[in-house]
Amino acid sequence: MTFTLVQVIVGGLLLGAVYALFSSGLTLVWGMMNVVNFAHGDFVMLGMYVAFVVYTLLGGGPLIGAPLATLLLATLGVIVYFGLIRDIMKGPMLAQILGTFGLALLLRYSVFWWFGANFLSLPENLVGGTFDIFGIRIQASRLLAGVVALLVTLGLHLLLTRTTLGSRMLAVAEDATAAQLMGIRPDSMQAIAWGIAAGATGLAGALIATFFYIVPTVGETLGIVAFVTVSLGGFGSVPGALVAGLLIGVIESLSGYLIGAVYKDIVVYTLFLGFLWFRPQGLMGKT
Amino acid sequence: MRFSYVIGLFSAAVMSAALVGNAAAQGKTVKIGGIFPMSGNAASIGVHVKQAFDVALDIINNPHPELGNFPLAKNGGLAGLGGAKVEIVYADNQGSPATGQNQALRLITEEKVVALTGAYQSGITLTASAIAEKYNIPFVNGESVAPNLTERGFKWFFRVTPIATDFARVYYEFLNDMKAAGAKTDNIAILHDNTEYGASVASTLTTAFKEKGIAIALDVAYATNATDVQSQVLQLKEKKPDVVIAISYTSDAILFAKTMQALDYKPPMLLADDSGYSDPSFIKAVGKISQGVFNRSSWSVGPAGSPTAIIAKMYKDKSGDDMDDTVARQMQALFVLCEAIDGAGSTEPTKIQAALKATDLKPDQIMMGYKGVKFDDKGQNILASGLIIQLQDGENYVAVWPKATAEKAPIMPYKGW
Repeated sequence: MTFTLVQVIVGGLLLGAVYALFSSGLTLVWGMMNVVNFAHGDFVMLGMYVAFVVYTLLGGGPLIGAPLATLLLATLGVIVYFGLIRDIMKGPMLAQILGTFGLALLLRYSVFWWFGANFLSLPENLVGGTFDIFGIRIQASRLLAGVVALLVTLGLHLLLTRTTLGSRMLAVAEDATAAQLMGIRPDSMQAIAWGIAAGATGLAGALIATFFYIVPTVGETLGIVAFVTVSLGGFGSVPGALVAGLLIGVIESLSGYLIGAVYKDIVVYTLFLGFLWFRPQGLMGKT
Repeated sequence: MRFSYVIGLFSAAVMSAALVGNAAAQGKTVKIGGIFPMSGNAASIGVHVKQAFDVALDIINNPHPELGNFPLAKNGGLAGLGGAKVEIVYADNQGSPATGQNQALRLITEEKVVALTGAYQSGITLTASAIAEKYNIPFVNGESVAPNLTERGFKWFFRVTPIATDFARVYYEFLNDMKAAGAKTDNIAILHDNTEYGASVASTLTTAFKEKGIAIALDVAYATNATDVQSQVLQLKEKKPDVVIAISYTSDAILFAKTMQALDYKPPMLLADDSGYSDPSFIKAVGKISQGVFNRSSWSVGPAGSPTAIIAKMYKDKSGDDMDDTVARQMQALFVLCEAIDGAGSTEPTKIQAALKATDLKPDQIMMGYKGVKFDDKGQNILASGLIIQLQDGENYVAVWPKATAEKAPIMPYKGW
């Protein structure tokens, strides 16, 4: 009993780290621009397909797939910013929602058209199999994703708090007009933010692909968790997303094991709503 | 506002008039509505069924003497309607019961289809067929196994596939034979999602086994399209059942296979209930780590040159995938429906309904391994039956039970990877 419980908690932490990993990009865009990116889950999906193509064409693992997915998705992020986001940001909130939602469907069904609807999968041993530590099983692929999640969170946090670029980005987030008067170009800063966010999301996708199935609609399955993680962590707070991801992962695992998998979502969302009732800004969000 | 509304109504009226006029002018086309998941997580099913129906339409609409006495193959089109061609109007159910219902309504009232088939997920077949019932349009289902679908007193719903109660019997007899051969089968766990399909099949199996004096030791339910299934696998790992019966759609089935390997869990016997485990993309994605999984099926390719082998080859050429049980059952339903329309010699719904009620197909007139097709008063095919197959090499299922039709002997225990 206790032994299995340890495995459940370890599994929950690893799952939570993955949740944190693919939520960081969403929280960054949200915090920087107040834009809710409904295409976020589909950016994760694109990252997964990049990893798949890298494996099938080059036989490469995440060592090639992950950087390539980061790079490609970052480029896509910048293109999306200039091609779509910059204009719809001037429109009403509804236009933003529908705009990114339309983008989500466009990406999903383009992949559908190109790759088909079949479920794809990378070989299970692509990232060094599974560690067995005193009977506690830890999948190397999930551990890698967890470690990268920590590094990405740390990196983004340092970028925003310790660098000139970060200060400029935050200045634009605070007051774009004032920042412009100080000689900062809001356009460039926001494009960079989109690039970084999409890049981090692509990276997450490439790593998740090593232990999850790949299908055009996978963004739907994963997307909702990202939104919950970001709201719980606090809009725009990157460290908040990490803590929230880990929390959700552990609560999900524990309630799934102790109460039953059908009820785990009820437990998670009840706690989530209850928490927001007391602290609507989330764990680490600003009031 | 009101003006544009009037304009809208007017253009809708003109368009439907044009559509109706068009249908009347062609005259020789029989339109059948097909409701399937074309998007959402079960989209691979919709893609495959479309390719299978293309093959079926080719057989029905063009002469195929190589298929011998297979119904509707010999000449082009439906002979009973002067060679009329069959056309399928597809509708996407998006994996949602509400959408499936709306699409059924649209196909009947706007596309004027003479009959419906579909809708894969039992929960969607449930809602879509209710609309067909209301509009007195025949609905022929080939693949949804939730038992309650034919317990609603419907007059227009016909189901060709064997259902959960049939398979409860198959599983029970199979497990009995395995027990006689030395396998442990006393402690049974059921793993299922909470959809109409998963929940109803699980409860049917539980009841049926109870009647035979076997209690299900562990019932693990989960929400479909899971992001993580570690806790479910750990529950099983801790309770160590002899047999795990898995009832899952493709996405969850793949996740279970991956998670079981990650957590090093192999039940002595894994018995899957079709659906996800029959999806060709399941075999491609995780077949190699699911070696030895048992599954139910009613499809068997048959000897070279037989109608089933020819149809399987046509499908493989079209889709690139081997024919699986699900898509074969869907195809069979379309054949049964077209056969009834042909026999009715009319597209009058009541005449098609009468022909469906009179259906009596023999084993050599169908592509599935059923004992035939004949509907009872509830619309259920009473001659539907099935067998047990096993994924022994991780690439192809082979028939292993009952002995009479088995290609290979069942291998125990579950090998996994």
